[in-house]
Amino acid sequence: MGQHVAIILPHPDDEAFGCSGTILEFREKDIPVTYFCGTLGEMGRNMGSPFFANRETLPEIRKEELQDACKELDINLEMLGYRDKTLEFEDRTEVAKDLKQRLEEINPSLVITFYPGHAVHPDHDAMGAAAIKAVEMMDESKRPEVWAKAITHNRRELLGEPDIVRDVEDYFEGKMRAIEAHRSQAEGMMKQFRDSPNLKEINSEGRKLLKYEEFYKWTF
Amino acid sequence: METIQIDHVQKALEDLAHKDVYIHLETTNGAYARHFDSNAYNVGAFIRNAQVKYTQAKIIGHESYRVGLKTQLGWIYAEGLTDWELDDQGRLLMAGHDNEGRLMVALEISETPFK
Ligand SMILES: [Zn+2]
Repeated sequence: MGQHVAIILPHPDDEAFGCSGTILEFREKDIPVTYFCGTLGEMGRNMGSPFFANRETLPEIRKEELQDACKELDINLEMLGYRDKTLEFEDRTEVAKDLKQRLEEINPSLVITFYPGHAVHPDHDAMGAAAIKAVEMMDESKRPEVWAKAITHNRRELLGEPDIVRDVEDYFEGKMRAIEAHRSQAEGMMKQFRDSPNLKEINSEGRKLLKYEEFYKWTF
Repeated sequence: METIQIDHVQKALEDLAHKDVYIHLETTNGAYARHFDSNAYNVGAFIRNAQVKYTQAKIIGHESYRVGLKTQLGWIYAEGLTDWELDDQGRLLMAGHDNEGRLMVALEISETPFK
């Protein structure tokens, strides 16, 4: 089985923020990566800073940003077409079935998604749960490995130490370019990591947080 | 969008009165409110493409505005609106942004369903 990595996350920018260093490392090794992005982040609160989007123009803007980020990361993109903030209200089995079909087309060796119940945003939890269900529904011999991303404050307490901790320092520049491709969101997202208004000046705490990408291996 | 000018918005509201219109109404403090502040609660409400006809509309306020629509069977209102736009499809978009430009509330009125 050839290697292929599938990323299954609900929002444009989840990939940049959460695992773009890891993605860049896979791409450097020429391993194909496909990003299944659940929504267009239609309900995002960040409208750019100073704001340039509105509720009705945001989806198209974020779609372009997503495409730019994927170009930056050199990965395939498949948009799943769900609506931001409604994913948890969809029929989970239907979402999982659709994902399973898409996964079987690329036959991935690894799936990266959110850790359900430890992903803070309802869409993150729902996307992670559907992704894991999709893999669970696959024939055991074809099941890819699953790396789940947990972001709750108490994850270590409840889940223990992450199984995979990747230092992505070598890919930091590329990671920042992927984050900045999400122009309408970057400013709001990075605010917590900088002390000055200059987007490029990340504080040491932020640099430490962005430098490591952690995952839990899912056991079926 | 531009800062609300009360007389312009009042006129736009009146232009859409007595018509079958579609409403988008939302308010949110974001899905991460509690994640960043354990004393906070995540709250929000959202309705898209509610079809109504309103007979009376008013915008009131100063710097931050309230808009109330009296419908045939009830009321719709939004508070905290700061910016507005009549977009290229003739839809009346109103939103309230915090001082970092994040959307806190939106009320939008259209003669055709929102996508
Ligand atoms: Zn997200």
